[in-house]
Amino acid sequence: MADKILKKLYIKVWRQNNAQDKGRFETYEIENVSTGSSFLEMMDLLNNNLIEKGIDPIAFDHDCREGICGICSMFINGRPHGPDTAVTTCQLHMRKFNDGDTITVEPWRAAAFPVIKDLIVNRSAFDTILQAGGFISVNTGGVPDGNAIPISRDDAEEAMDAAACIGCGACVAACKNSSAMLFVAAKVSHLAKLPQGRIEAKARARNMVAKMDELGFGGCTNTGACEAECPKSISISHIARLNREYLVAKFAE
Amino acid sequence: MSKFLTASIGRKFLMSVTGLFLMLFIVVHLTVNLLLIFDDSGDLFNVAANFMATNPAVKIMEPILGLGFMIHIIWSFIISWENYKARPVKYNKQDLSNASSWSSRNMLILGALVLVFLIIHIYDFYWKIKITGSDLLPNVVINGEEMHNTYLLVSTHFKESLVFSLLYVLGGVLLGLHVVHGFWSSFQTLGINNKIWMSRLQWVARVYAILVAVGFSVIPLYFVIKF
Amino acid sequence: MQILNSKIPEGPLAEKWARHKAAIRVVSPANKRKLEIIVVGTGLGGASAAASLAELGYNVKSFCYQDSPRRAHSIAAQGGINAAKNYQNDNDSVFRLFYDTIKGGDYRAREANVYRLAEVSPNIIDQCVAQGVPFAREYGGLLDNRSFGGVLVSRTFYARGQTGQQLLLGAYQALNRQISKGNVKMYPRHEMLDVVVKDGKARGIIARDLTTGEIKRYGAHAVVIATGGYGNVFFLSTLAMGSNGSAAWQCYKKGAMFANPAFVQIHPTCIPVHGSQQSKLTLMSESLRNDGRVWVPKKLEDAQKLREGKIGPNDIPDEDRDFYLERRYPSYGNLVPRDVASRAAKERCDAGYGVNPEGKAVYLDFKYSIERLGKKVIEARYGNLFQMYEKITDVDPYKEPMMIYPAIHYSMGGIWVDYNLMTTIPGLYAIGEANFSDHGANRLGASALMQGLADGYFILPYTIGDYLAGEIMTPKTDVNSPEFEEAEKNVKDRIHQLFNVKGTKTVDHFHKQLGHIMWDYVGMSRNEEGLKKAIEEIKKLKKEFWSDVKIPGELNNLNPELEKAGRLADFFDIGDLMARDALERNESCGGHFREESVTEDGEALRNDEKFANVAVWEFKGENKEPQLHVETLKFENVQLTQRSYK
Repeated sequence: MADKILKKLYIKVWRQNNAQDKGRFETYEIENVSTGSSFLEMMDLLNNNLIEKGIDPIAFDHDCREGICGICSMFINGRPHGPDTAVTTCQLHMRKFNDGDTITVEPWRAAAFPVIKDLIVNRSAFDTILQAGGFISVNTGGVPDGNAIPISRDDAEEAMDAAACIGCGACVAACKNSSAMLFVAAKVSHLAKLPQGRIEAKARARNMVAKMDELGFGGCTNTGACEAECPKSISISHIARLNREYLVAKFAE
Repeated sequence: MSKFLTASIGRKFLMSVTGLFLMLFIVVHLTVNLLLIFDDSGDLFNVAANFMATNPAVKIMEPILGLGFMIHIIWSFIISWENYKARPVKYNKQDLSNASSWSSRNMLILGALVLVFLIIHIYDFYWKIKITGSDLLPNVVINGEEMHNTYLLVSTHFKESLVFSLLYVLGGVLLGLHVVHGFWSSFQTLGINNKIWMSRLQWVARVYAILVAVGFSVIPLYFVIKF
Repeated sequence: MQILNSKIPEGPLAEKWARHKAAIRVVSPANKRKLEIIVVGTGLGGASAAASLAELGYNVKSFCYQDSPRRAHSIAAQGGINAAKNYQNDNDSVFRLFYDTIKGGDYRAREANVYRLAEVSPNIIDQCVAQGVPFAREYGGLLDNRSFGGVLVSRTFYARGQTGQQLLLGAYQALNRQISKGNVKMYPRHEMLDVVVKDGKARGIIARDLTTGEIKRYGAHAVVIATGGYGNVFFLSTLAMGSNGSAAWQCYKKGAMFANPAFVQIHPTCIPVHGSQQSKLTLMSESLRNDGRVWVPKKLEDAQKLREGKIGPNDIPDEDRDFYLERRYPSYGNLVPRDVASRAAKERCDAGYGVNPEGKAVYLDFKYSIERLGKKVIEARYGNLFQMYEKITDVDPYKEPMMIYPAIHYSMGGIWVDYNLMTTIPGLYAIGEANFSDHGANRLGASALMQGLADGYFILPYTIGDYLAGEIMTPKTDVNSPEFEEAEKNVKDRIHQLFNVKGTKTVDHFHKQLGHIMWDYVGMSRNEEGLKKAIEEIKKLKKEFWSDVKIPGELNNLNPELEKAGRLADFFDIGDLMARDALERNESCGGHFREESVTEDGEALRNDEKFANVAVWEFKGENKEPQLHVETLKFENVQLTQRSYK
């Protein structure tokens, strides 16, 4: 429980100056890391050392540092968000590592997530998918009272389970097929479980899946890696619902 | 239905439907085959085999089964190729051992091995029975009806070669590994699944896979051990 | 013309907004199509405004520095959103929400603005439900409520401990819908670096494409700033790493006045600081105080043993625990407002009762509610927060109390705006946390979400029309005009200047030092001497920064260090203005606590005679003293009393 000091770590990290650059691995040493530090704080420290040595610091996405904004995205020792369950990289702590470890850090790898620099990838494909239908078509104003349509607690809870998605892309990164099915399913399922979203549920599933395919994500083969690596533990049962919505929509065409 | 069969879920739909169909076929096939070990005279098996060979309904199903196999196999390669393309730069280090089962990640390999086995299997039996004929296939008369003594062909193969028998045990195990993921996965793809049924379907899948693997393995082992 | 015209409409409080709406001008649909609006920031305020304006027919350009609008830091709000729905039948009303907010803000907010906020609050809940926000529900299918600090009714709507996330995703969905329709053009990974003023009106912005480093010009008929607060001036805060005050600060430098910069909120329930490698502080939702009891040991020797790790919290029997909030404030107990709870924690720790090795932590204990309600109920309410706590600290809060300590959280101060949310630059608006308007000197829990969405969904879309109705003949803004040329040149010059310092110390090095100055002298407890010292030290540090900062990488590439440097450069100036404002306001109110102004029993003491006003600062030029203006606050509907939660 009490924090310890990891005397030395070796960080093997992907360096790529821009999208055109071929990229390569570099290994850096870092000393005296507290086990109470988060992984990103370790990266801060490493970057600080690199700057002092005149080396370009490692670019990585990070913002809220409390596991909710979904921007952090590192593939650490073979797993998205590293060796802990139900966490984002910013919530991963150094107590999960041992003194002398070599830690391999890579960006998310997927055709739909091209590298921008070092560990930063472009995830705008996720936004594009949501723009294809991940919403309820209501304008501001003129809506009924919040209690006008009762919603069963179970439905609201299940919708919330799916809505907890933070759009980090760990599902894509973990999937051997780089499939975005869990991400798409989370939004489709969240809205399909609520009466307000039910109205457009089928068109939503159809349009979002079409966009997902178009953007170069792979298909789902139900390995379940996405669920296991999802920082919010979103269940693949939502993928079943997406499949159902999609098939019904397609057969009705 | 535009572009359904090329869409990611559409492709998976085909895999799922053909997979379920093939799994149904496996049940029938296994049931008939198990008759091999319940009557050492071979009559029971020969009658069943003859029924399967001559019944008009089964005859109609035969090309459909072939088509099912073709689609399942061809689409599996298409899907795998598409999925492969979705990650042009691979990871230097990837550890999926905690996140997913080995068989779920290796369905293509398992499927391909099953396919190799299937070709051998077809050559061994189907090919000989239907096309070339064999010395081990004399006609017998059971209950006044003349038919192939398929039992002789099968039992001789298993009795005479240990390697041959072990190959069939291996085939059964591979098939079991393939369907343990394939079974519940088919339902998942068709959307016939939810949080509660997830574990139930996976449990049924395990039972089914074990039955398939054990069922197909028991037959060669029976002949090896008993004779 | 009067410098500060708040444009508060005449008439009784409850009719002001309706009368105002009836009086202001409206733009026809045909003309809306010709008008362009820039919205900077995509949090609750920015996203809801961009979406609502686009729905009305305006052409909107939306900017955020993150890779997606969904990442804005509103996403991290946990506890809930207030609304005067009175669904619980506990005698809540628009007036009560208004009153609680005014009182909670220690009577330093405008009555009219706060009343309007309370008035539109029910609409927000309706809107969010229609968008598919999965609020918590009762078994009967109706919406559930919880209570929050500083109030006696249950009016807080919530979605587990992720209310901000769900509300933001709702607004983001609405924004996505407008993007797909082509009504909003989205610019992610773009940072606004200047506002362009032409003929006295805001006409566009200069932004840097953070991926390529390119500096670009964007024109519009109006500009909306929705860039949140400036709490990161303290380095360690509950804000996102990228949260910054630069957009607001550029507006200030172009003539938009800045109100009450000293008013920042210190949140009482954050995970305490440990070690020097820490980069940010994590908030534990205020909702936890519903079921958690705050305590420190009664005996100094117990505190000593706790700090040394010789005993654990569970070794201390109930009779040796000092539930100091319940002791000092029996009627509100653990649910006193944030400023009160924060100061009480600091008081105990300063007196030597702190419980972590640094002596800067108190306990928040769930033992009692787990005994009362069972672990399952607590897990359902706070499961994700408990998990978050355990991941960070490696301590299981089901078994051992949480350790908490106050941390910088929210900026009540911000760009001064009138009743229309327009700044002192015509055509430039500020909404959400970026403006100063509704929370006075202290914000109540679950009110930030309410304000952001009220501004974006239900206020700005009306009030901006009043201005734009006068702009329908104005052609599209020409970004090649001299004003844009000059603004772009200034931005580029400044970046080059920073980049070419080529000093020896990193940006974080300076930021941490600034944070220490701010926390020590402009933090939870302030005095004249300290504030003067802060101004001097900030000045010195700023000078050192501009001569010794080291920025690696390239100008024309993604360069996080360069981004940080630009933001920090503004934080020095913001810190300076905060200290000046705190120095000027020689009273204690809300989050602003002056040691010179306390009651006999050590509670904050306001000075309504002198300071019942908004302090509004005007930029007078680089390295020149800013000028202070005062907007007097008129209270016609509430009685100013010494705030008491006893």
